[in-house]
Amino acid sequence: MAKIRKDEKREMPALSTSSLPDIIFMLLFFFMAVTTLKEVTFKVKISPPQATELQKIENKSLVRYVYIGKPTKEFARVYGTESRIQLSDAFADIKDLEEYVVDERSAMKEGDQGLLTISIKADKDTHMGIITDIKQALRRAYALKISYAAVKRTSY
Amino acid sequence: MGKSKRKIKEINSSSMADISFLLLIFFLVTTSMNVSTGLSRRLPPPLPPNVKPQDQDIKKRNIFVVKVNMMNQLMVQGQEMSVRQLKDKAKEFIQNEANDPNLPEKTTVNIDLLGNVEITKDHVISLQNDVDTQYQAYIEVQNELISAYNELRNEFAMQKFGKKYDELPEREQMAIQQVYPQKISEAEPKNYGGIKNGKN
Repeated sequence: MAKIRKDEKREMPALSTSSLPDIIFMLLFFFMAVTTLKEVTFKVKISPPQATELQKIENKSLVRYVYIGKPTKEFARVYGTESRIQLSDAFADIKDLEEYVVDERSAMKEGDQGLLTISIKADKDTHMGIITDIKQALRRAYALKISYAAVKRTSY
Repeated sequence: MGKSKRKIKEINSSSMADISFLLLIFFLVTTSMNVSTGLSRRLPPPLPPNVKPQDQDIKKRNIFVVKVNMMNQLMVQGQEMSVRQLKDKAKEFIQNEANDPNLPEKTTVNIDLLGNVEITKDHVISLQNDVDTQYQAYIEVQNELISAYNELRNEFAMQKFGKKYDELPEREQMAIQQVYPQKISEAEPKNYGGIKNGKN
């Protein structure tokens, strides 16, 4: 028969926290995996234009970026305040773009070469002249898939 | 000396959590979870060298001209307009529901899955901008035009398949793409060729 123990002192056992590190590590690994370190250091200032019909760029390894904007303060003295192009980590000219695209494409896997997407990240105050030049250069380099980087518009 | 059983004390691991918290917070702060988004477009292939761009013969009723000037003002089919009106105007043009003789011609095309459909096959939206047009204005115009197409596709998908365009299987999406093909053409810049036939 079951004994009814009344006299025994009941104490709350200490809560085991030994699994806490494991949980935190799990979170840690999650964030480590999803973290993408900054692509480049920006030398131009970009505040992207706003739009509503946005599409996500799925495969980042197939994307190369072209940045267009006014040079940041520390470069303004050397490069002026007009809109400039930045390719990977350096300022570039329109005529470098074609070469850059061709180089980047040949560095990719052969099967992926046709899928190369150029994302044009331009400041919203850029004049269209420079964008048109870039589009022409991209056409000559046969990089026809492009994406105009933009952010979601929150209000009209 | 006798055998003294030395018990190793358990290592206190309570600080482990703190250490990993520290790391966690570091990664939380440095993480930029930004997904790149943008308006996807396709550029027309380059013109072969030494070939002058040809003036394509497009009937006037089939062409929808959108011009953006250096002051970011819009001229649509010869009349001034604000960006917000552009979408409806474009939809009206692309669809040509009432078979208006001033809007693009309709041709009957046999499409897989859908059978015979009357579509405005030859319509072209021509987008022209000035060198000094602001990028934001250009993107807004592109955005409105794309959204006109997306809305038309969605409406059609709803009507035919009862689902949104994005939720349809690929084959049905292809069929709808044939009904409303995106035909946004951008002018060849003046200093390169002169005549506008660059399809996008």
